[in-house]
Amino acid sequence: MLKNILFTICFSLFSNLLFAAETQSPEMANTLRSDGKIYVVVLVLATIFAGIIAFLIRLERKISKLEKNK
Amino acid sequence: MRRSWWKVLCVLFLGYSIVAGLLSPVPALNIVNETIRNLYFHVPMWFTMILLFFVSFIYALKYLRTGRIEDDIFSSELTKVGILFSILGMITGMEWANFTWGEPWSNDPKQLGTAISMLIYFAYLVLRGGMKDEEKRARISAVYNVFAFALMIPLIWVLPRMVDSLHPGSGGNPGFNTYDLDSNMRLVFYPAVLGWMLMGVWITSLRIRLSLLVNHHENKMVTS
Repeated sequence: MLKNILFTICFSLFSNLLFAAETQSPEMANTLRSDGKIYVVVLVLATIFAGIIAFLIRLERKISKLEKNK
Repeated sequence: MRRSWWKVLCVLFLGYSIVAGLLSPVPALNIVNETIRNLYFHVPMWFTMILLFFVSFIYALKYLRTGRIEDDIFSSELTKVGILFSILGMITGMEWANFTWGEPWSNDPKQLGTAISMLIYFAYLVLRGGMKDEEKRARISAVYNVFAFALMIPLIWVLPRMVDSLHPGSGGNPGFNTYDLDSNMRLVFYPAVLGWMLMGVWITSLRIRLSLLVNHHENKMVTS
């Protein structure tokens, strides 16, 4: 009984490895995302976005001021 | 900041789409690889353009009914910002195509239809620029706007779907079809679309308010 269970576990582990080696998935930046500095890109984009939003808000304030003065 | 809750929503949606758009899991596909993330940024440009052109078309009809110059200002500013988004969509699409389809321009039916549609809208700007008289300019450009919008529908929705296209959703390109069903991508894609639409409306509202101020100022100069 125990032998059977052990065999099953071993076989399933082995077949997993076998399948992992066989199926070659398309190349994605999986490692890049974990430690390849993708967060730097996120930061840069977020900075540009924040800059544009700040610009829009300032522009909106200026227009509001003009609207009050008319 | 008047009635600004939707502007906060716009910032939240777009901020989320930038962070989640780069970090969230996407289906691993050949050829497109990680560029599938461009879907979050390239496609919303077109959706925003369509929204702005549609509202512009409504205001053009409204101008033809009422003859109020404010409606013309709304309509023309909406078209101008729509054109901005169309240019951004076209450039991002060509950049994307360069690395996946192999060249920036492959005479794809959707590319051609969109290019013709953009030229028609560019002519709208030329038409407006060529007329001095305010009322005449407003009336002729409103009629032209209706014509341009009516042509855009077959050019970007109907004709590209009747033939094979490199774009997903019609004809070939089977490498891209699975994204249609990917629920992870929907979680980022829909907020991104809404965010960019709100951004388009925001920019347009600023332009309209500025244009109304200029109009008000000019009227004052004439009467005084």
